[in-house]
Amino acid sequence: MAAARDAALGEAQRLGCTSTEFRVERIHSQHVRLRDGDLEGAADDTELGVGIRVVIDGGMGFAATVAAGADEAAELVVRAVDAARTIARAGGGRVELAPEPSHGSVTWSSPYTVDPVDVPLADKVALLADWSGRLLAADQVDHVTAHVLAVTEDTYYADLAGTEATQRRVRVHPVVEALALDADNGFETMRTVAPPAGRGWEYLQGDGWDWDGELASLPGLLGDKVRAPSVEAGQYDLVVDPTNLWLTIHESIGHATELDRALGYEAAYAGTSFATFDQLGVLQYGSPVMHVTGDRTTPNGLATVGIDQEGVPGQSFDLIRDGILTGYQLDRSIAAISGLGASNGCAFADSPLHVPIQRMANVCLQPADGEGPSTEDLIAGVDHGLYIIGDKSWSIDMQRYNFQFTGQRFFRIEHGRLVGQVRDVAYQATTTDFWGAMEAVGGRSTYVLGGAFNCGKGQPGQVAPVSHGCPSVLVRGVRILNTRNESGR
Amino acid sequence: MTSPGLPPAQDVVDSVLTAAGGSSDHCVVLVEDTSEVEVRFANNSTTTNGNRRNRTVTVISMRENAAGTSAGVSRRGGDVDVVELVRAAERDAGESPPADDVSPLIGPEEVTALAASRDRFDAPPGSTDLSVLSEVLSGLSGTFSRARAGDYVVAGYAEHRRGTVYLGSSSGVRLAHEQPEGALQLLARSADGSASTWAGVGTPDFADVSIEALEERLRGRLAWSDRQLERPAGRYEVILPPEAVADLMVNLAFEAGGRDTEDGKTVFSRPGGGTRVGDTLSPLPFDLRSDPAEPGLECSPFLAAASSWGDTSVFDNGMPLGRTDWIAGGRLERLRYHRAGASRSGTRPAGFIGNAVLELPGATGTVEDMVARTERGLLLTCLWYIREVDPATLLLTGLTRDGVYVVEDGAVVGAANNFRFNESPVDLLARVTEAGAGTRAFGRELGEDFNRTRMPPLRVPDFNMSSVSQAS
Repeated sequence: MAAARDAALGEAQRLGCTSTEFRVERIHSQHVRLRDGDLEGAADDTELGVGIRVVIDGGMGFAATVAAGADEAAELVVRAVDAARTIARAGGGRVELAPEPSHGSVTWSSPYTVDPVDVPLADKVALLADWSGRLLAADQVDHVTAHVLAVTEDTYYADLAGTEATQRRVRVHPVVEALALDADNGFETMRTVAPPAGRGWEYLQGDGWDWDGELASLPGLLGDKVRAPSVEAGQYDLVVDPTNLWLTIHESIGHATELDRALGYEAAYAGTSFATFDQLGVLQYGSPVMHVTGDRTTPNGLATVGIDQEGVPGQSFDLIRDGILTGYQLDRSIAAISGLGASNGCAFADSPLHVPIQRMANVCLQPADGEGPSTEDLIAGVDHGLYIIGDKSWSIDMQRYNFQFTGQRFFRIEHGRLVGQVRDVAYQATTTDFWGAMEAVGGRSTYVLGGAFNCGKGQPGQVAPVSHGCPSVLVRGVRILNTRNESGR
Repeated sequence: MTSPGLPPAQDVVDSVLTAAGGSSDHCVVLVEDTSEVEVRFANNSTTTNGNRRNRTVTVISMRENAAGTSAGVSRRGGDVDVVELVRAAERDAGESPPADDVSPLIGPEEVTALAASRDRFDAPPGSTDLSVLSEVLSGLSGTFSRARAGDYVVAGYAEHRRGTVYLGSSSGVRLAHEQPEGALQLLARSADGSASTWAGVGTPDFADVSIEALEERLRGRLAWSDRQLERPAGRYEVILPPEAVADLMVNLAFEAGGRDTEDGKTVFSRPGGGTRVGDTLSPLPFDLRSDPAEPGLECSPFLAAASSWGDTSVFDNGMPLGRTDWIAGGRLERLRYHRAGASRSGTRPAGFIGNAVLELPGATGTVEDMVARTERGLLLTCLWYIREVDPATLLLTGLTRDGVYVVEDGAVVGAANNFRFNESPVDLLARVTEAGAGTRAFGRELGEDFNRTRMPPLRVPDFNMSSVSQAS
C-alpha cells in the first residue's frame, strides 16, 4: 500500500498535478435471500481496487484499476493526467477545488460489535429461516421472502495535501416480506419497516430493533390489510410515521439541497432542483416547525464517515431552519464554483473504480424541542385522516417538485382515533406545499433513523447508503389517490 | 487486452478448476474483464470522466450429499488468490442447505451450436479507450459554442464499455462473449430553464453516432418550446416515442418471472392460481421478443449467472440462449424459468437475454408520421422516475421529462408542462390504437442498464396524466 501510494503521489508531483487523491478500497458485500424459508441465493463479493483523481492545468482526470502494485499506481496517474488533458481540450471549464488543509493521519470506524461479513453463511441462513418460519406458520401468510445485505467497506485515502486516512464502514439491511393471497382482493404484501443501519450483525439479534415484536405483528397486520376497504380518494390530514417519512425527506429535501444539482451539474441524468442557488436564505421550504440538518456524523448513520473521499472531515450543518432554505450539501469542486468557500464533506464514490461525486449526507428532520408530542398526540389532533407507516413505492420529478409515495400500512383516523386499515393508498403533493402544510413535528421519542443502501446518482450510475432521521409529523390536507382507480380498474 | 498486472483470464479459469478439482463435486468459474471510458458534460463544459479496467472472478462450487446439492458463490475483484477464492466458495457450499434450482451442469455436447463463443474463449478480452469517443469529444467544443450563442445550455454523457466474460466449468464447457456497449445522451435546456429536451442513442462502437445530428434534433425541439401551453391533469391521446416505450416494455419484461407469477405475485398471475400464459394481452398482434442474434442488438448467446436469483440459476451457466417470444400475436407466450423451475412447471426454460424487441408486424411510419395523423394530442420525449405502485396490475408511476409537445391538426403547436402519470404497460398494450416501425431505442431511465432495445412509437388514446409537474 505505502509503495503504491508513494509511487502515485510522487508521479503526480513530478507531472505537476495541483491536487491528487489516492484511494484504495476493499468492499466486502454479502447478500443472502430466502424464499418461503428455503435458500434462493447467496453471494459473497469482494471488490478491491485503486482509484486516482488528479487536477492538472485546470483539468480533472480519473483513472482506476483492480491491479494494485506500485507500477500500476504510477501508470494510473499517467492515465488520469492524460484523461484530464484530453477532456479539457473538448471544452472543459477550468476545474478548481475548494482548499482543504491537511488533517494528518485519521483512523475511524463505524461502531459495531460483530462484523457482519464474518458471520458464517449457515448462521445467516438459519436466522432468516427462523424468521420466515414464524411468518409461514401464520394462517394469514402464503409466501415469505427474507434477505439481508451486509457490507464492510475499508478505505485507505491519501492526498497531496498530506491527509492520510484509514476507515471502516459497516452496515446491514435485513428485510422480511410476507404475502397473502385473497380470492376476492388479489394479493397484498407487508414488509418489515426496520431500517438499514450502520451497525454490525448484533442489529439482527435485537440491538437497535425489536425484531421479535415486529415479526409477531406482521401476520395480523397483513391479514387486516388484505381484507381492508379500498381508500376513498380525496384530501386527508396525514400523520406520517418516520418509517415512511424518511423517504419523503430523502427525495424532496435530500436531493433538492444538493448544490451540484441546483447548479445544473446533474441536469442530464438525476436532474436539477427547484431550490436554486439564488433562493438560499430566501426560499420558504416549509412551515416554521421545519428544521433540517445534513451530517456525516450521526452514530449508526449510513452516510457517516470520519473523512470523505476528498479529505474533508465529516461534519454537521443546517439545510433548512425555521422553514427557510439555509444551506446546501457540497463537495470541493461545487464549493469552489459556488463561492461558498469550503466543502462540508459530501464527496463519495461507491467503488474504488468510480470518481467521487457530491453525494448525500444524512439529511434529518429535527424533532420538536423539549418533550414534544407523541405520535398518539399527533393522531389525536386529526379529525379525518390517515396514519402511514413504512415505505414502499416512490417517485419524484427531476426538479423535485411533484412526488408520489405509497407505504406499508395505512390506518384511518377518525376523530382522533385509529379505526382500522385501508389499502390502495398513494399520497401525492408538491414539495413546498407538503412541507408548508406540516403543522407539527413529534418529539424526540418518536424519532427514528431510517435510510437506504441504494440511493442512485451520477453517470456511470453510483449507489450510496444514506440515513434520514425524523420524528412523526402531522401534515394537513394532502391529496390521497386510490391506486386501483388510477389503474382504471 | 488483459489489464497490466493481471494474469490471462484463461489461466485463471484453469487455475480455479484445478484448485477445485479435488474438493468440489462440480465447479463453474466466470472471469469478467471490463474496460470502460466515459465523459460527462454540463453547463456547456465537460465535467467528470472515468477510465478504468476491472476484473471479477466468480467461483461457484457445488457439493453433493444425501440431502441434495448445495452451491456456494464467492466473487473477488482484481488479481485474486485463486485457492482462497475456491475455498471460500466451497465453505459456503458446505454451509448451505440443498439448493432448489439444481440441474446437471451444462455439458460440452449442449453448446455445440456456440462455435463462435467456444472460439472466443482463447482470445484476450476486448478493451476500449478515449479514442472511441474522439468524434464526440472533438464535436463537443462546437456544440458548447453553438449552445452559448443560441442561449441554451447543453449537458450529457458519453460512455463506452467492452466487457468480456469467460466461462469454464468442471463439465468441460469453455465459452466467452465480448459485449461492446456505448451510449451518447444530450440534453439542451433553455438558458432561463423554462424548457428542456433530450436525445439518447445506444451503440456498440460510436461508428453510427453523430453528435451533430442529435444536437440538430434538440435545437428543433427547443424551438417547439417557444410557445408554452398549460395543460391540466387528465387522460390524453399520447404518442409515446420509442425511448418511452422502451422503458415501459423493459419494466414489463422484467416482471415476467415464472415462479413469482405461479406464486400469485405478478400481473401475469391468474387470480385463483396459475399463470396467464395464453391470455390475449392486446387486440393488436404485438410481438415482444428477445434474441441474442437480433441484428444490430447482438448479445450473449449463453447464460452467465453469478448468483441464483428468482428465475436465474447458477446451475444453468453456459445454457444456450435463443430467440424467445414473450408475447406473440398479442398473446402472453412465455415466462422466464431456470431449468429446474421449468421442469417443475412442465414448461421450457427461458433465460434472461440482453435485448428486447417490440413490434407490430406490418407497422410502418415514424413518430413524425403519427404526429401528422393526430388531430389533438401530446407527443412525449421520454419518461422518468418510473416505479411500481401496484404489482397486481403492474401499475407504474413516473413523469414525463424533457419535452411534452402539444399536437393539433397534425402539427406540433407548442410545448406543455410536464405530468405525473399512473399507467400499467400491460394495460397500455390493450389500449394502443397505432404503432409505427421499430427503431433502436435508448430508454431514458433504463437505457444505461438495458442498452439494446428496438421499439416502435405507440399511440395511446387515453393515457392517464395524474397530476401536473412544475418541473421544466
